[in-house]
Amino acid sequence: MKDKIAEKLFLFIAFSAILSLLLITFFIFQQGIPLITKIGLGNFFSTTWSPTKGQFGILSMIIGSLMVTTGALVVGVPFGLACAIFLAEFSSKAVQNTLKPILELLAGIPSVVYGFIGIVILVPFIRQNFGGPGFSVLAASIILGIMILPTIVSISYDSLLSVPNTYREGSYAVGATKWQTVTMLLLPAARSGIVAGIILGMGRAIGETMAVIMIAGNALKIPGSILDSVRTLTSTIALELGYAAGDHRAALFACGAFLFFIIIILNIIAIRVTGRK
Amino acid sequence: MAKILIQNVSVSYNGFQALKSVDLEVLANEILGIIGPANSGKSSLLRAINRLSEIDYAQVTGTILLDGENIDTLDRNTLRKRIGLIFATPVVLPGSIYKNISYGPKLHRRFGKKELDELVEHALRAGNLWDEVHDRLKDSASTLSGGQQQRLCIARSIAMDPEVIMMDEPCSGLDPISTAKIEATMLELKTKYTFILVTNNTKQAARVADRTAFFLSGELIEIDRTSRLFTSPKDPRTNDYISGRFG
Repeated sequence: MKDKIAEKLFLFIAFSAILSLLLITFFIFQQGIPLITKIGLGNFFSTTWSPTKGQFGILSMIIGSLMVTTGALVVGVPFGLACAIFLAEFSSKAVQNTLKPILELLAGIPSVVYGFIGIVILVPFIRQNFGGPGFSVLAASIILGIMILPTIVSISYDSLLSVPNTYREGSYAVGATKWQTVTMLLLPAARSGIVAGIILGMGRAIGETMAVIMIAGNALKIPGSILDSVRTLTSTIALELGYAAGDHRAALFACGAFLFFIIIILNIIAIRVTGRK
Repeated sequence: MAKILIQNVSVSYNGFQALKSVDLEVLANEILGIIGPANSGKSSLLRAINRLSEIDYAQVTGTILLDGENIDTLDRNTLRKRIGLIFATPVVLPGSIYKNISYGPKLHRRFGKKELDELVEHALRAGNLWDEVHDRLKDSASTLSGGQQQRLCIARSIAMDPEVIMMDEPCSGLDPISTAKIEATMLELKTKYTFILVTNNTKQAARVADRTAFFLSGELIEIDRTSRLFTSPKDPRTNDYISGRFG
């Protein structure tokens, strides 16, 4: 009897989690989609965002999000991968057990703190050394690159560790050096996990809001260089939702729906890639 | 002349002594069989010879000479190129049959496409596998049967053009037909290479080895011409083992 009740209770809790996801999905799309159908896809994907004049073009923000995300990957992937390779293949168990928890701590730092560090250190540094306002694609890329490190490192590390040891022995037995074994054998063998880690990191970079608002400058135009200020989709929602009403508000939800769509696609790709082992 | 000369070699792992001051000579172009029950130090000896013991954090003392040169003074990767090792469970690398063979040679120098094709064919022919796989070299190597995978490993070793091929119980998981094929391969190849064959199967040593060494608890008990060791062993423990009284 007690078992039955417990079972039902857990079932209910499990479903309520799924239910809330469904509700959020429904709500975002229900609020956003009517506006897109009303103004048309041409308007929605144009470059003019002028809510007071009924212009809701999000193209410059899409490009902003893309630039910042790409920048984050350019910064985060080489460092993350190098870090995972070092931890999994070149360091002792003791080093691994010290460094890995520290790296995972990076994921626990609130994004506003990253943004703060960006404002205080990175933005002035860029302004003084490279010119421009400092609040820029470059600043956002570097901070986001650091923020996605834990995701990339831990997933790549796990997939390197899951490569059977016999592969390493077989490779050494034909005279491969450690480095050759890593680049020619282990990385290809762990590829699916590494790609999944990168895609999940990418999802995190696209979705990040607070840190980006604080250091990207948020100018509403397509940036001409990485030193220009930029505004992303998430920044727009966070900055404008407070005072938006009517179609403007609906347009922000439409932005959310678009983001949601992108994230779902990225996650599906990540699941597909890992499933294909 | 001795191809490999092992002098007073001991191997231990964290205080456990797996091999106790062994002296052994491996002659060029012979098949040296090494028999003995589990934990007698056979695999430790092989791993010390190509210095794979280094990744086990094993402590190796004594000297091992390859053609008169101390292996510790040789470059580790060159040493492993000269002395191949076949494991008990076939170690098939991810990727195609072709890639499995070409992986080793490509580590050491650049190859033209045609040269590499010829090398792969040569190695697979020598490993007695060519006829079975020549029309599906691009297939994943994991689609091969166990016996084919082990011959693939032998072919991969041959592709390195080694001087010595060591086998660590290469037929332990294989059926009699696959085993026969591997033994035939060894006998064909011994004019070119020197073989060290560790085996749990005393009959296999009797079939293919020129000389056989018997190990027990990390010690070399006896080494002699195979025919003599199996008919008139000097040590009673050897006799007990080969007549199946233990092990």
